[in-house]
Amino acid sequence: MSETILSVKNLCTSFTTEKGEVMAVNGVSFNLDKGKILGIVGESGSGKSVTAYSIMQILEKNGSIKQGEVLFKGEDITKFSEKQMRAFRGKCCSIIFQDPMTSLNPVFTIGNQLKEAIELHTERKGKEAEARAVEMLTLVGVNEPEKRIKQYPYELSGGMRQRVMIAMALACEPDILIADEPTTALDVTIQAQILELMQSLQKKLGMAIIMVTHDLGVIADMCDEIIVMYGGRVCERGTAEDIFYRPAHEYTKGLLRSIPNIDRIGEKLVPVPGTPINLLNMPKGCAFCPRCENAMKICLEEQAPEVQMPDGHFASCWLSVKELMENQKGAGSNE
Amino acid sequence: MSDNFVPNKEYLVEVNNLKQYFPIKAGFGKTIPLKAVDGVSFAIKPGETLGLVGESGCGKTTVGRSLLHLYKPTGGDIFYNGQRVDEKSIQSMRKDMQMVFQDPYSSLNPRMTVEDIIGEPLDVHKLYTSKGERRDKILHLMELVGLNAEHATRYAHEFSGGQRQRIGIARALATNPKFIICDEAVSALDVSIQAQVINMFEELQDKLGIAYLFIAHDLLVVHHISDRIAVMYLGRVVEIADADELNASPIHPYTQSLLSAVPYPDPKMAKERQRIILEGDVPSPLHMPTGCAFRTRCKYATEQCAKECPTLTDRGNGHQVACWNK
Repeated sequence: MSETILSVKNLCTSFTTEKGEVMAVNGVSFNLDKGKILGIVGESGSGKSVTAYSIMQILEKNGSIKQGEVLFKGEDITKFSEKQMRAFRGKCCSIIFQDPMTSLNPVFTIGNQLKEAIELHTERKGKEAEARAVEMLTLVGVNEPEKRIKQYPYELSGGMRQRVMIAMALACEPDILIADEPTTALDVTIQAQILELMQSLQKKLGMAIIMVTHDLGVIADMCDEIIVMYGGRVCERGTAEDIFYRPAHEYTKGLLRSIPNIDRIGEKLVPVPGTPINLLNMPKGCAFCPRCENAMKICLEEQAPEVQMPDGHFASCWLSVKELMENQKGAGSNE
Repeated sequence: MSDNFVPNKEYLVEVNNLKQYFPIKAGFGKTIPLKAVDGVSFAIKPGETLGLVGESGCGKTTVGRSLLHLYKPTGGDIFYNGQRVDEKSIQSMRKDMQMVFQDPYSSLNPRMTVEDIIGEPLDVHKLYTSKGERRDKILHLMELVGLNAEHATRYAHEFSGGQRQRIGIARALATNPKFIICDEAVSALDVSIQAQVINMFEELQDKLGIAYLFIAHDLLVVHHISDRIAVMYLGRVVEIADADELNASPIHPYTQSLLSAVPYPDPKMAKERQRIILEGDVPSPLHMPTGCAFRTRCKYATEQCAKECPTLTDRGNGHQVACWNK
């Protein structure tokens, strides 16, 4: 039995805007096991990044966690004071962002920024911290690390900057690394380098990773477990095989149909009809039902409960509920 | 520009040895050329889709823009329908060659209504005789791209990303073009919306017989939509072949690693597959390596690669590769 390191229970995060309150994350629950890679996938506005930011408590000023618990090794970090949070960030859980250019400070050298993180969270100071910075840069495959620590972010390429970000995030050996679209801004061949690096570091250091991305390819490549989000809610969660080979939620099915596939290259894509959801104007029932071709009456009225599918993964879709009930009935009449 | 190049009548668009250099200030009044596009040749048949792929900075967007004379090419020949494209002839040709841009947010004027955005090309090329005809044409175009005609008086900001891209496409279609350059036209869209727009491009091609130059970095999308694909690296085309053939049997080492690096949305395949990881980064186009531009990252590189730049040679079936060792 693997050890659960982070447990998110019924997390709700909302933002107050001029146009009203926006529920960006609405009842998200999941468990992250030690040493596993968890993928959160969804389109823009699905709440995947906000989920990550809520865990780190780095939301914009107008946003706050309204409900729910985030248990890190059994402790609810939503109740932490700012001081406790500061110790949590970096040391226990760190995050890397999409754009490595804007997340590094342009007026400080790479070494300076790496040292700052190390000195803040560990006993290493001065020369020792610098040695650690060089060691981290070597670990993430930055060539000539002694020279690099004297350079500024603008002197490095996008891939190199992302490596520096990863080095910084891992410098204090956190238990969890959150990667928010870590390769979206990078080219394909550089993306492959970074993904390979993250996988090898994960094996070497054994941290758990939460991978937030919209790219189903990256998710398939990297993740053990996957959460599919739509309109701030979890549609479906399960292992990579469950999600890709046995999708239960209509949204997941639609998403998988709409990406080009080498096996069906001559065939037409089947797009998900309609337009993305407006979080200010959420439907009463299932968030996806305005775009769902198989929507039933109940989908409009009520949010579907999360049910466990026969293969063990979870989906929140009335159609799966219906299917399960029919199967049970069928099994009952056979007896 | 060489006057002796004879265009092939079979092709709608033909590009021969296109060069696009940008002067970069190097201090003390000196400039050095940035070779964004350095000797690119390809041809597109009527109703065909040519995919153009490559990493950022490889010059794929510049090729598209030079084709329409949005930049004045430094050298080379461009032919449309057997006619040379130059500063004069492009004025009348722009009607037949249109462009769809990447960012549906910045490519539409926020102060114009949808009706005026789509109607502007009609105004410029004087494609109507009465106001009623203009309006009919606009409504027809909106219908063609799946927009609600009732929304003609709305502004661009009132639409979602996918709908805005449809507006951009309707604008490109307004002049009834035979050739559209799609510069990362679906890259900014969400996956579920992206499929809608890709399907629309395909339907429009079937209906109107438009040829596309489909510039993108997403290889799965390019493979899906293209008949043939050209792969660019640092301003040059390194390989050009039929889309299926290129994916099944890439020859150039760069194409091979590019294809192996595509994250494939299938967990089993992703785990089985061997990625060919390239070392290092793309060199700066200001300091291009001598000879083959890819040699600094290529594991097959030899002395010859440093001396001479390979040209595209046919390996059968129109599969052209520029490599000394493969």
